Amino acid sequence: MTLSLLLQHIVNALSLGSLYALIAIGYTMVYGILRLINFAHGDVFMLGAYVAFYGITLVSLPWWAALLIAIVLTAMFGIGLERVAYKPLRDSPRISIMISAIGASFLLESLGVLIFGGRPKGVPVPEVLSRVIRIGPVSTVVISLIIPLFTFGLLAVLVYIVNRTKTGMAMRAVSTDIEASRLMAVDVNRIVSFTFGIGSLLAAFGGIMWSFKYPQLNPLMGVMPGLKCFIAAVIGGIGSIGGAVLGGFLLGGIEIMIVAFLPTLSGYRDAFAFVLLIVVLLVKPTGLLGKRQTEKV
Amino acid sequence: MLEIKKLSVHYGGIHALQGISLSVPDGSIVTLIGANGAGKSTTLRSIVGLVKPSGGEIVWNGKTISGQGTKEIVEQGIVLVPEGRRIFPNLTVEENLFLGAYARNDKPGIKSDMDRVYELFPRLKERRLQKGGTLSGGEQQMLAVGRALMSRPKLLMMDEPSLGLAPLVVKMIFEIIRQINAQGTTVLLIEQNAKAALEVAHYGYVLETGRITLEGKGRDLLNDDRVRKAYLGEGQ
Ligand SMILES: Nc1ncnc2c1ncn2[C@@H]1O[C@H](COP(=O)(O)OP(=O)(O)OP(=O)(O)O)[C@@H](O)[C@H]1O
Ligand SMILES: [Mg+2]
Repeated sequence: MTLSLLLQHIVNALSLGSLYALIAIGYTMVYGILRLINFAHGDVFMLGAYVAFYGITLVSLPWWAALLIAIVLTAMFGIGLERVAYKPLRDSPRISIMISAIGASFLLESLGVLIFGGRPKGVPVPEVLSRVIRIGPVSTVVISLIIPLFTFGLLAVLVYIVNRTKTGMAMRAVSTDIEASRLMAVDVNRIVSFTFGIGSLLAAFGGIMWSFKYPQLNPLMGVMPGLKCFIAAVIGGIGSIGGAVLGGFLLGGIEIMIVAFLPTLSGYRDAFAFVLLIVVLLVKPTGLLGKRQTEKV
Repeated sequence: MLEIKKLSVHYGGIHALQGISLSVPDGSIVTLIGANGAGKSTTLRSIVGLVKPSGGEIVWNGKTISGQGTKEIVEQGIVLVPEGRRIFPNLTVEENLFLGAYARNDKPGIKSDMDRVYELFPRLKERRLQKGGTLSGGEQQMLAVGRALMSRPKLLMMDEPSLGLAPLVVKMIFEIIRQINAQGTTVLLIEQNAKAALEVAHYGYVLETGRITLEGKGRDLLNDDRVRKAYLGEGQ
């Protein structure tokens, strides 16, 4: 293996890891606030990619405009999903809301087949993004560089919001004690909506970037990444944003390296996420960066 | 002025409050004493809208607030220091205080109120960048009170602020309550420590299994035989 090939694998690992991290954050933030696993999150990822696709093909928007509009629409969709499918069940037993999440996921996938069609669609990748560039010994497509760059930018903004703004402070408060937050006059519904909005926005961005990197859409395209990113969030310690990012990059990195170094095993690439999950949970049940959840009275 | 009229609360089949009436005049300290499970916390939780009453009415300065959301009620100047303190363990002391001022937007006012809280509780100032969860029980109670003051409450309600604290800290908390009241804040206080509560309060109510059985001036209740027997552990 040459150095340039190794560097190339690293770029690929960073870009896949970024995509996983972007989706995993949505799982972890929603879990942190509501103790809910949003099974429909992978389908939100799918939806973002389709909306951008139609923006480019049907409305003939420039790709960046389609990207922005799709992100905003998908974020609004995520907020709406919470209002319709989860909010009415917030005070019900945990299992009801989980079932609602599973139902929402199936519904979105079926609607996807119905509206978008089951046949895969080829994505017209913008020329600027599919160009091959050379940096020193590494040659790579622009999109593989853009993905980690934008992801790091978005992560920086997210960290700022959560740690330095009033809304972020309220998010952290709601995630430990909803009732005490209410007593501080925090509008809990607004914070929950905001959280779903951010999670869906990041998933939409991930979905669109995914569709530029692997330019094919189908209504079930969110299932496997959704599952893996849920695993990434659990590996990192669900509820922890840093953990989700770590888990995402870990999964992305391992997946790329296995295909690169152990090509005979590459057929099992999807299985490694589960193996890693089991190993991590055996060693550290709360995930790598997770803290023990003290049960509230 | 807070008025509670024939307030009734059900938890499923349990009739926790069975039509209680009480009033808290402006500028006073009123206490509600009673045994475990009498319905004291339920009363305060109904006032801030965390529990929906099944009957009766809660009126704040002439306006019915029962049925309103917690956020609106808190924004009208009623604040609760809840049972068990409920500070945010993952937030710093300073962030906890900022959250108390969540409904406000006057930065300079918030800053000066924070200085006032630090003056009241110098211990909190030393620990301002420490996570709330690392504080001792007494310090957490100070933080809970300080956090409540940050909203500039007109009515401060406290649910067993002395629970689990050392006698010296209890004394300090009651001293602070007196001080806060002297500066014009109305106080509604719930206590197991009936003696301390009745000593500080202008008026008191005794709650027994969802009904008010006795009321009177703090001093009078302190000298009442029934109260002495049941709540002050005197006489057989
Ligand atoms: N969420 C709830 N669900 C069902 N029953 C409840 C609930 N909260 C309180 N109760 C019941 O209502 C009654 C009054 O409870 P409350 O907490 O108001 O008592 P309290 O006077 O504050 O007691 P303590 O001194 O132990 O704090 C009790 O019998 C309690 O078991
Ligand atoms: Mg109580």
